[in-house]
Amino acid sequence: MINAILNGIKIQVEPGTSILQAAHQAQVKIPTLCYHPDLPPTASCGICVVKVKNAPNMMRACTTPVGEGMEITTQDAEIVAVRRSILELILSAHPNECLTCLRNGECELQRLAEDFGISRSDLPKLVPSLPIDDSTKSIVLDPRKCVRCGRCTVVCQNVQNVWALCMKNRGLDAVVAPAGDIQLADSPCVRCGQCSAHCPVGAIYEYNQAEEVWKALLDKEKHCIVQIAPAVRVSIGETFGFAPGTNLTGKLYTALRRMGFQQVFDTNFGADVTIMEEGSELVERITKGGDSLPLITTCCPAWVDFMEKFDSDMISYFSSCKSPQAIVGALTKSYYAEKIGVSPDKIFMVSIMPCTAKKFEIVRAKDMFASGHQDIDVSLTTRELARMIRQAGLEFASLDEGEADSPLGRYTGAGTIFGETGGVMEAALRTAHKLVTGKETDNLEFAPIHTLEGVKELTVKIGDKDIKVCVAHGLRNVEEVVDRVRQAKKAGQEPPWHFIEVMACLGGCVGGGGQFWGVTDKVRLERAAGLTKEDRGAKLRRSHENPDVKKLYDEFIGKPLSEKAHTLFHTHYVERSLYRR
Amino acid sequence: MPKVNLKEISDRVHARQKSFKARLFVCSSTGCIASGCKTVMEAVSSGLKGHDLDKEVEIVPTGCMGLCSHGPLIRVEVVNRPPVLYVEMNPMLARLMVAEHIEPALKRPDTFTSVPEFLLEHTLSLETPFFTDQVKVVLENSGRIVPESIDDYIADGGYQALEQVFTKMTPQEVIKEITESGLRGRGGGGFPTGRKWGLTAQIQGDEKFIICNGDEGDPGAYMDRSVLEGNPHAVIEGMMIAGYAIGATSGWFYVRAEYPLAVERLDKAIKAARRYNFVGKDIFGSGRDLDVDIRLGAGAFVCGEETALIASIEGKRGSPTPRPPYPSVKGLWGKPSNVNNVETLANIPTIIRRGGAWFASMGTATSKGTKVFALTGKVKHSGLIEVPMGISLKRIVESIGGGTSTGKAIKAVQTGGPSGGVIPRSELELPVCYDELKKLGSIMGSGGMIVMDENDDMVDIAKFYLGFTVDESCGKCAPCRIGGKQLLLLLEKIADGKGKPEDLDHLRELALAMKKASLCGLGQTAPNPVLSTLHFFADEYQAKIDLNVSAKKD
Amino acid sequence: MAIGSGDTIVTIKKAMAKAAGEPDVVAAVKKWKNKRGSLIMVLHEIQNSRGYVPRDVSLYLSQELDVPLSRIYEALTFYHYFKLEPPGKAVISVCTGTACYLKGSPALVEEFSKETGAKVGTSTEDKLFHLQCVRCVGCCGLAPVAIVNGKTYGRLTTSDIKKIVNEWREHFSTDDAK
Repeated sequence: MINAILNGIKIQVEPGTSILQAAHQAQVKIPTLCYHPDLPPTASCGICVVKVKNAPNMMRACTTPVGEGMEITTQDAEIVAVRRSILELILSAHPNECLTCLRNGECELQRLAEDFGISRSDLPKLVPSLPIDDSTKSIVLDPRKCVRCGRCTVVCQNVQNVWALCMKNRGLDAVVAPAGDIQLADSPCVRCGQCSAHCPVGAIYEYNQAEEVWKALLDKEKHCIVQIAPAVRVSIGETFGFAPGTNLTGKLYTALRRMGFQQVFDTNFGADVTIMEEGSELVERITKGGDSLPLITTCCPAWVDFMEKFDSDMISYFSSCKSPQAIVGALTKSYYAEKIGVSPDKIFMVSIMPCTAKKFEIVRAKDMFASGHQDIDVSLTTRELARMIRQAGLEFASLDEGEADSPLGRYTGAGTIFGETGGVMEAALRTAHKLVTGKETDNLEFAPIHTLEGVKELTVKIGDKDIKVCVAHGLRNVEEVVDRVRQAKKAGQEPPWHFIEVMACLGGCVGGGGQFWGVTDKVRLERAAGLTKEDRGAKLRRSHENPDVKKLYDEFIGKPLSEKAHTLFHTHYVERSLYRR
Repeated sequence: MPKVNLKEISDRVHARQKSFKARLFVCSSTGCIASGCKTVMEAVSSGLKGHDLDKEVEIVPTGCMGLCSHGPLIRVEVVNRPPVLYVEMNPMLARLMVAEHIEPALKRPDTFTSVPEFLLEHTLSLETPFFTDQVKVVLENSGRIVPESIDDYIADGGYQALEQVFTKMTPQEVIKEITESGLRGRGGGGFPTGRKWGLTAQIQGDEKFIICNGDEGDPGAYMDRSVLEGNPHAVIEGMMIAGYAIGATSGWFYVRAEYPLAVERLDKAIKAARRYNFVGKDIFGSGRDLDVDIRLGAGAFVCGEETALIASIEGKRGSPTPRPPYPSVKGLWGKPSNVNNVETLANIPTIIRRGGAWFASMGTATSKGTKVFALTGKVKHSGLIEVPMGISLKRIVESIGGGTSTGKAIKAVQTGGPSGGVIPRSELELPVCYDELKKLGSIMGSGGMIVMDENDDMVDIAKFYLGFTVDESCGKCAPCRIGGKQLLLLLEKIADGKGKPEDLDHLRELALAMKKASLCGLGQTAPNPVLSTLHFFADEYQAKIDLNVSAKKD
Repeated sequence: MAIGSGDTIVTIKKAMAKAAGEPDVVAAVKKWKNKRGSLIMVLHEIQNSRGYVPRDVSLYLSQELDVPLSRIYEALTFYHYFKLEPPGKAVISVCTGTACYLKGSPALVEEFSKETGAKVGTSTEDKLFHLQCVRCVGCCGLAPVAIVNGKTYGRLTTSDIKKIVNEWREHFSTDDAK
């Protein structure tokens, strides 16, 4: 342990603890801007400076480890003056358009300005005149608001290994942008939105479509229907004062109904259908053997985009099954529309997703128009929904618990856990057992695949077969998995796994790029625990036990992988770029 | 590979040199090439041929002789006669020199008494203080040897230190010797070199790197370029010794791309050293391997900062990273690395050869040895000089530099470039050393020394330096990126006569934030030229503000 | 490349095929591939052979050196030595080191700009001249100094500029005539 003195108080910390962490342990809050607990510090802003005895200059608390015998002062008149000056400098290079900014009230820079009581600015403005880039229609980059904290580039390059964003130019001209004079849509961007979930200000944000949805809700001709993804229910509360992981499914149903949606469906139902199809696909491939394995999951659109761009040699191993969102969309405008006798072109289908890439998924291929219309009209993120709930004037915290609507609203525990890393795998194994052996298994939980470790491996006995599975999340970790598959194939060997679950975002959808800001591993685990808890307490925990799913197949689809299933539930993939990043 | 015998090579070179009746040293540094030394050299060569003297006279194209403002330069050394230095030569003068000086001196030595009067006008006495007040250690060979010739370097004692180190000394002994010498980093920081090496030597690692920082970037400074151009082998030898001392597995020269000649000569020198097995495998039969390679900078001043330099070699943006971790622990490609300035390394072979105590006998209590400066600006003899630490600024500027070139009074001398400050006329008795300069708010820096006369506007000077750092800020940290620009805008406002009295306080406030909270040395020192001029020439700032205030009252 | 035109699969394939057939690019890659710390060195080779680093070549280098294109652009736009667009034929570099500044380089820059019609950091429309300010070139003894395509002009005054500009204008017009 390291002994030091912080503001005159003796402290003891583990070696390698930063001054910032040490201060936190001693109940001292050092202000920060560029620092994000989820990321390695970039040390760019300088707001967290502190004094260390005998050091000629102030030190950054975020990157300076506590040394033995160090005497640290985190607050005095001079430190505050310096921090204030830096803040004033940053504000002088920021448009300060708070009232018209999506981050108004949620902005880390705004909060700092408030904390420091900045009331005026004498400095000339140094805001660059740069265009907004909304080319991806998923995330929007407004470089004028950028504070050059570097979080987005760290996430994009180091965590996701996508390299769509980089820091171009230098000095005051330094700017976050794709490589060269191109727009994000033409870059390797996979729209995972992690940049937007980590931005401290309003410089990168979700492509905001709340207006479109309000317009549809006001349109008397439109039959507005909504579905909500699993991970949304355990994050939405964070903006309404609930702890991360609090499951607010019932309140969400009520809120959506009060906002004017005529039907409230649940993406979890689609997840159960996905398992029927993907599980069947897995069994088919295992039976077939040869080069048909491994099977790789495709519920994650950022991953699909990534694979089409960088790992297109893996296309044949991809499950052709669509994501739960797409399945509910296709069913709404076919199965449900038929049922109630409404023309699908009158239906306005909205999905609430923890994800920015879902905005892209709904138009990514012709298959997303399986009903003959665009199956999902608008996909909103958790953050957009939170804003809409406020705009609707709803007291979210005290809303009644509502119910989802039939026939696409009832779900099993297997559908719920789709929102966390390992969840799809666990759900699939539950059903695969039945499909392979014809018998139910009591073994429904696979704890090792629920951790936040980047790559998780497990061997599961199904019947007399040892099924080797792998769960990867965070695109950098995924690459490692894909490389191992590739190497095995090259060497003419059996692939290391039969079945691979992939989620682009760390933690899976609970850590999605459209979720509420401030995610850390702790938050990811809390949100995931909220989903796990619902599954563990559910009466039905196997997708194939969902009575509405059974009914769907009986009434409409026939069998999994049938022709109708293929039309509505399956898609295909193409190589889309040679980009080497 | 047979072991190279240094003495044999040395004897051979000396014998060859003695075979000439005269040797003509022509400065072939970047500065002299720019003033036309190549055509002068051609004229000399054809003149010698015309007089049938080309077998008896050797033309030696050398590195920088120091007197850059008076190039092209030729030093004539006729056997048994005192050397003569020709300045500001041109091809016609060169031919005349051959005809009226070399030819008679060699062919009619009995009747030739002295250089004719009309040629004397184009010479400068080697007894002038510009030469006699200097003490050359680093520049000892520059201007005397062919930089590309490894044999010439060996003949002047080169690579003896390397042999001694690799065959007779332990790394600890080398570090001890350097520590005893009191040598401090010549790049500007002034960290004791022996201690720095000792830190990296302690760290274990499968790989370790010795890096030479040749990204000299201070505007108005070209010491490192001249050393690399004039005596590249000294830097290589120093690098190899440093690498041995810290246990390096490979060495990297990082040189500015704007110095093509330095790069070319360094590259040739490395190849020659590799041929002699001074670089490469099993050096001097010691069983120790160490190879070196060159990487180029690409126009970024901030890459002079260690961590930025390392990032640049790795192919990244030259943005500094926070320390710790220090490069000595985690540097290039995450391995322990030791970065040394060109001039620092060029000092090493001599220190090993003559001993740390010898080096420590020069200079002051805390600043040992000599320091190379690029003496420029409004000074009569501008060029490259080397002086013992502790010499007064006055002596440098007035005696060596010969006073101002304009005839006007000196106003101030700037040291330390954009990280330094000004020393006003009243303080010129100041002894030049790390600590004294610091006391006056400047720094030693890498060796830029710029003389300003009464005409120079100090607010403008501050603006110039700050403009430079604003251009060169990497843009990573807010205090430097935005602070520098806002400070510059404020300065421009004052310079344009639009300043208000409270602007001076604001200037100080911003400067403080920048100094205290910038991530690297560039930002931390960027306000120095402003604070320094504000300290010594507050009246000039005040005058501009008063003018504005009174203009408004009218 | 213009905004929005993007790097589609077709343009990238084309670009790479084109770059793969360029001798200087191939030679640079061959020389530096598999060496450590090679990116900046390869970019230097391209910059030196072409006067700028085209996007096609960057795409190819990204693939061949296995370096993300983003990293290449991070470097290209950070270091002032590299250009992304072809510069004028005569590149005028005015030294703005301290000694040159004190001895009047700002006025030289202005005069060069006036005589050529190029703003600092840009080329003339006919791509004949490119004007840039550079860091100390180390000829402080000759201050103020300008370098045109490697030729150094020292102790300049504003009255020398017209002659230099005309010298290069003629140089290239006779070149064209040939």
